[in-house]
Amino acid sequence: MNFDFSDDQKQLRDQARKFLTEKCSPKAVRTVLDGKAPYDKELWKGLAEMGFLGVAIPEDFGGAGAGHLELCVIAEEMGRANAPVPFSSTVYLAAEALLIAGSDAQKKKWLPAIASGEAISTLALFEGKGNPSPKNVKLTAANGVLNGVKKPVADGAIADFAVVAARTGSSGRDGDISLFIVDLKDGGVEVKGLTTLDPTRGQAEITFKDCRAEPVGAPGEGWSILTQVLDRAAVLCAFEQIGGSDRALEMGRDYALDRIAFGRQIGSFQAVKHMLADMYVSATLARSNSYYGAWALSTNAAELPEAAAAARISATQAFQHCAKNNIQVHGGMGFTWEFDCHMYYRRANAMALGLGSLSYWEDQLIDRMRKKNAA
Amino acid sequence: MNFDDTPQEAAFRETARKWVEANAPKEFLAELSKSSLGRIRLAQHDIVDVGKAWQKKKAEGNWACLHWPKEYGGRGATPIERVIWQQEEGVYGKLTQPFQIGEGMCGPTVMAFGSEDAKRRHLPKLAAGEEIWCQLFSEPSAGSDVAGLRTRAEKKGDNWVVNGQKIWTSGAHYSDYGLLIARTDPNVPKHKGLTMFFLDMKSPGVEVRPIKQANGMQEFNEVYFTDVVIPDSQRLGAIGEGWSVSLTTLMNERMSIGSRLATGVPEMFEFCSNLMLEDGLAIDDPAVRSKLASWAVKSSGLKYTSYRAISALSKGERPGPENSIGKLVSGMMLQDIATYALDLQGAAGVLTGADEEIVQGQFQQMLLSSPSMRIAGGTDEILRNIIAERVLGLPGDIRVDKDVPYNNIPTKGR
Repeated sequence: MNFDFSDDQKQLRDQARKFLTEKCSPKAVRTVLDGKAPYDKELWKGLAEMGFLGVAIPEDFGGAGAGHLELCVIAEEMGRANAPVPFSSTVYLAAEALLIAGSDAQKKKWLPAIASGEAISTLALFEGKGNPSPKNVKLTAANGVLNGVKKPVADGAIADFAVVAARTGSSGRDGDISLFIVDLKDGGVEVKGLTTLDPTRGQAEITFKDCRAEPVGAPGEGWSILTQVLDRAAVLCAFEQIGGSDRALEMGRDYALDRIAFGRQIGSFQAVKHMLADMYVSATLARSNSYYGAWALSTNAAELPEAAAAARISATQAFQHCAKNNIQVHGGMGFTWEFDCHMYYRRANAMALGLGSLSYWEDQLIDRMRKKNAA
Repeated sequence: MNFDDTPQEAAFRETARKWVEANAPKEFLAELSKSSLGRIRLAQHDIVDVGKAWQKKKAEGNWACLHWPKEYGGRGATPIERVIWQQEEGVYGKLTQPFQIGEGMCGPTVMAFGSEDAKRRHLPKLAAGEEIWCQLFSEPSAGSDVAGLRTRAEKKGDNWVVNGQKIWTSGAHYSDYGLLIARTDPNVPKHKGLTMFFLDMKSPGVEVRPIKQANGMQEFNEVYFTDVVIPDSQRLGAIGEGWSVSLTTLMNERMSIGSRLATGVPEMFEFCSNLMLEDGLAIDDPAVRSKLASWAVKSSGLKYTSYRAISALSKGERPGPENSIGKLVSGMMLQDIATYALDLQGAAGVLTGADEEIVQGQFQQMLLSSPSMRIAGGTDEILRNIIAERVLGLPGDIRVDKDVPYNNIPTKGR
């Protein structure tokens, strides 16, 4: 059994960590957090030059042609560094949607632009409150023209193009939904930035008014494609989440070793030690579930739907748990703007919602486990 | 990343599989395949008798304690081969329960500290199930603080004379030998005055009394020692070195990877899939689904954590400390699951009879037994300390009794 990343993949992880430690310090994250820039353009450029943006994109389409396991180790480091760039929207959502369902021409047009860092992109799925569901897609598409409002759209204000879920039928079935691709620079859209829990990853409202759009995948196949995209993104986001969990745990551990109160290191108090031990337990369970998700993703296994949901739930819980308790270990200082704890707290809680809430994925997991048990 | 065996591993697995197929006591397959939380019982037979027969057969085929050296009854197998064997032995591995403490803890300690004579005399018998060993560490006033133990061993000529009491000794009533840690010098700080021995459990002055547990069962014992004589040749390690010898014992237990702990999740999933509530099946209820999902990912997280450890073994690496989380997670989960399973039964949840219509009191038994899972073999709190100190590198607790001679340390309670 070799249920681990290869030496080459671990080397890539080290390389990504070294790069991000240099180029994505907490200070750099704060530039975006404080609203001085919508995202870290220099970092984005650097990620493209390192080949990280196109690591899972085939060479024919301008990528490195490595694979999803390579993307997983990079994702972990992106989460660890709290990178303020539109990586997940562009790489996990838009690129994966095109890889799954894009025509050759669409792949040729957009994937090289993603790999080179020229195009930022996103998935426009949500329309106000609610989780991923065909019922919640109200935006219409008729004769290649979109009308409706998407909100929140991650990184929507800086995206060059978007993959959009639209209603093309009214049967009440999954087949009512189709996917389209929209060049957001071509007009027909109004984009408005929104204030959000985690300012290092922007959210937007995009209004489509008689907007010309090109179909992605066959008509009526939208929901089935989206389900696959969300499963893949769930695994990739889980790696960001375990990277963030580990970093939050380390911050708490380091502070507990450094801080003296009552005449001793606070890390010598069992109340603090046990809190940190529990964070370690969550982070370890999440890592193991995520590895299984990575295996399923990289081999396109039949187990992917269940593995993705398990990774998503476990990693969401772990990151929320570690980020929250990291503040608790820090005490009052953890609640200052100056300390970095809140950046992970914000990211953890924003990520918990991005692909649908925890309860949504819990529901998905049970459905998928039942399906497997029935089979 | 894959779940495949290396060619050597695959060949070893094939050999093991064929042997199990040809030799396992298939008449117990159905009974052993049933889910069992806690101790295994067979309807018509004593588990110790059936276990001894299986262990003897395994020893004849060189499959008993296979990771031990050949001259001491093993096969000289690698750690990953041991894991593969456990996987292939499958449910029949449940029959080895009476030998687990001997194989996992006592044997390795004898191997590390025993005389050549003791090793040759006892280890092959231990491996073959001819001798059952128990472990005599815990005392009424020394549980988590095991180094605070009181049982005295005093040197009289070439022998030691032991007086005191041990508790929570599983299998003491059917054990032939015991691994005993006792205080040999009460005038030095507690960790420094301990010495390790092994003794014949049939020695005069040894009295085994079963403990009636909080769940109404009797699985553990108290063991009383009254002027029990142990020859000095049965001392393991130097006088006063008992604490470090005991760490070897406990370390060996933590090295045993791949033994899956019961979590209660498959039982709970099945239960919720079949339980009809007022508004439909329990598994269709959003609150039930949320809890089930959280437990399911803990359970799968433990499974894949052990796969990561097995992978490390396969590469010849020492597994990391991740494995210390197994009992901590599964113990709490068992208790939570049992509590919730009763909640779903409403007022009828209070009934424990085996003839009750709802899963025959299975979760009620689980509820009553689960506290022990969070205490035995290291309490949840001790496990968290181990993770905090050995994995995360946090400082140890400030110990007020560290440099105080044992006989000046206040003690109270049991």
